[in-house]
Amino acid sequence: MSPILHIAASGAFMASLGVTLASLLAFANRRLYVFEDPRIDQVDEMLPHANCGACGTAGCRQFAEALIDGRTDPGKCTVNTAETNQVIADLLGVAVGDHEKQVARLACGGGTHVARTRARYEGMKSCRAAALVSGGGKACSWGCLGLADCAEVCDFDAIAMDRHGLPLVDAAKCTACGDCIEVCPKGLFSLQPANHRLWVACKNQQLGDEAELECQVACTACGRCAADAPEGLLTLRNNLATVDYGNNRLASRIAIERCPTGAIVWLDNEGAVKGRDAKKVVRQEALPVG
Amino acid sequence: MTLLKWFGRKSFSHGVHPQEHKDGTAHRAIRRLPFAPRMIVPLAQHIGKPSRPLVKVGEEVLRGQLIAEADGFMSVPQHAPATGVVEAIELMPSAQGPRVRSIVIKVYEASSQEVLCDQSQDVDNLDPDAIVQAVQASGLVGLGGAAFPSHVKLKVPAEHAIHTLVVNGCECEPFLTTDHRVMLEQTDDLIRGTRYAMRVVGAKRAVIGVEDNKMDAVETIRARLPADGNISVEAVETKYPQGSEKMLITSLLGLEVPSGGHTFHIGVVVNNVGTLAAMGQLLPRGRGLIERVVTVAGPGVSKPGNYRVPIGTPLRYLLGYAGFSGSAAEVILGGPMMGNAIASLDVPVTKGVSGVLVLSSNAIGQPRTVHPCIKCGQCVSACPIHLNPSQLGLLAAKREYDLMAEDFHLKDCIECGCCSFVCPSSIPLVQYFRIAKSVLRERAA
Repeated sequence: MSPILHIAASGAFMASLGVTLASLLAFANRRLYVFEDPRIDQVDEMLPHANCGACGTAGCRQFAEALIDGRTDPGKCTVNTAETNQVIADLLGVAVGDHEKQVARLACGGGTHVARTRARYEGMKSCRAAALVSGGGKACSWGCLGLADCAEVCDFDAIAMDRHGLPLVDAAKCTACGDCIEVCPKGLFSLQPANHRLWVACKNQQLGDEAELECQVACTACGRCAADAPEGLLTLRNNLATVDYGNNRLASRIAIERCPTGAIVWLDNEGAVKGRDAKKVVRQEALPVG
Repeated sequence: MTLLKWFGRKSFSHGVHPQEHKDGTAHRAIRRLPFAPRMIVPLAQHIGKPSRPLVKVGEEVLRGQLIAEADGFMSVPQHAPATGVVEAIELMPSAQGPRVRSIVIKVYEASSQEVLCDQSQDVDNLDPDAIVQAVQASGLVGLGGAAFPSHVKLKVPAEHAIHTLVVNGCECEPFLTTDHRVMLEQTDDLIRGTRYAMRVVGAKRAVIGVEDNKMDAVETIRARLPADGNISVEAVETKYPQGSEKMLITSLLGLEVPSGGHTFHIGVVVNNVGTLAAMGQLLPRGRGLIERVVTVAGPGVSKPGNYRVPIGTPLRYLLGYAGFSGSAAEVILGGPMMGNAIASLDVPVTKGVSGVLVLSSNAIGQPRTVHPCIKCGQCVSACPIHLNPSQLGLLAAKREYDLMAEDFHLKDCIECGCCSFVCPSSIPLVQYFRIAKSVLRERAA
């Protein structure tokens, strides 16, 4: 055979091989096709891609799939703005869902200017590490250690430490992902609907003076809040005022007015408001160690 | 390692050699501490469930009286350390941090050292299960520091046959000399307790392992050993952490505890000398554990030594007696390698406290700056468990706790601190691992 024929034969062979494989692919494309709703991609693009898990799914893609299947509703995404969630709802023709915004709240008001420190902690700058060394240096063994594990773990910059070493949650930025709850060694954070305005910012389980010696803003379990509030709203449990949020509709500022330490607060849009009888805290600098 | 074996000195591979600092207390005989005016007996001073109080506020209690009962098998009872009246049962500070429910006893001024509640029993005629019960009734826990209930350790699952009882007299932590003194002064109690423990676990022989910086203890025990030859004493190399049970088994018997396993999986039970001496002392008299030997040492006290301290004595009282000037930079419960700094002197001495170190700021030095890991591998060649602390440390910084446990055997870490001790970058490796373990424990709960 001449070289020309050689080349032509191999060319023809390769071409037929190409045609055979291409038709196989075309056949497979038809037979093995899986329909995926194009809206999944559309919705996915509108999600924040923070993959924070606050909606209850593993990530944004899974949330998009759940939305298309109707297993959840757009309002569950706490990172998106309400407008974007509305756009998603309109696209899918569903209701946006009535989801009260949740925020992370700290059950401690003991900054360095009101809460005593027994010993100076000099180890690793982490609440978790401090808690493992004799509970950290704070006199109140329930209180916030102020070494900012929560501020560090927050992906949304919603937590900043204030000048007294307490974390401040920016409700607008908080997406209720729950990372701060897991990281806090004292278990001080919890997720609360924004309309839970009556808040006990203390976890000290001691009674009266013993609690107040450790922290000026501790709950002393005096019971005035429970006496003043409508029945069923407040009870004393483990020497702590405890709000029954099942009766949250009864909540009003009456409950906080006579609190002597200001441990129970009313959260309005500006921040925490203390009652009329709460001791005024004048001191701004930290209390001495010891 | 091999050279050491030729010379007949038993040891394990890896580990470190910290300065010993034992001269200050090793030659001082154990002295009795008077009663503090108030005793704080925590209901949770052991691993397991807290005990249940049996007394009420205002009730009189006698020295040695049962004041709290065990809540189930994984728990121990508590006994009154002194005669007095129950002042309160409330939350009191603890060395661990969280306040724990404790029985506070106001001690009568004329309270004597005589133990007023006991009941002699013939332990040699008790069957093993009855001895386990007697051990639980005595409230005994591991006195080496872990405070694990002793009767649980002796109750080996039936499918594991025990061939050897290892008695741990290493005391590898610097400064501490309690076990050393107990071996010298309570030799007969130790041997009696060893015989009880051998009978309970069914071991044919017992080996007492002592570090070779305490040859006087080796000689003393050897002179008192029973003639049948079932109990022997071996000197092992002075090296930290020789007193970890896994290391000591390797040194004495050449066996290795499997990853994630217990010592009984290889037919061994390990007990501390202090625990067995207490067992030998308490069981025949049917008494509860109401005092223990504590080393008080460090540059911050003028009268360092070994004291027999009633359980529940506030640290402030103990340190005051030992000549504490009040200007310490740091007070540590336990040894300097594994012990914990405490935040308050109002915490009581509990069953697991083997020593109190009072350090001055000179002894501690300045806090060191943490530098990045330079991959020198010193931690790898120091880790007695043969883990890779460097890799674990990098993962801990990224909070990859599950990966640490699954792929890098975090749960086998004994938290001895050799890695942090040798790290030239001053990386707090063992602290990272303790954080990781605490997070994993919380997730599992």
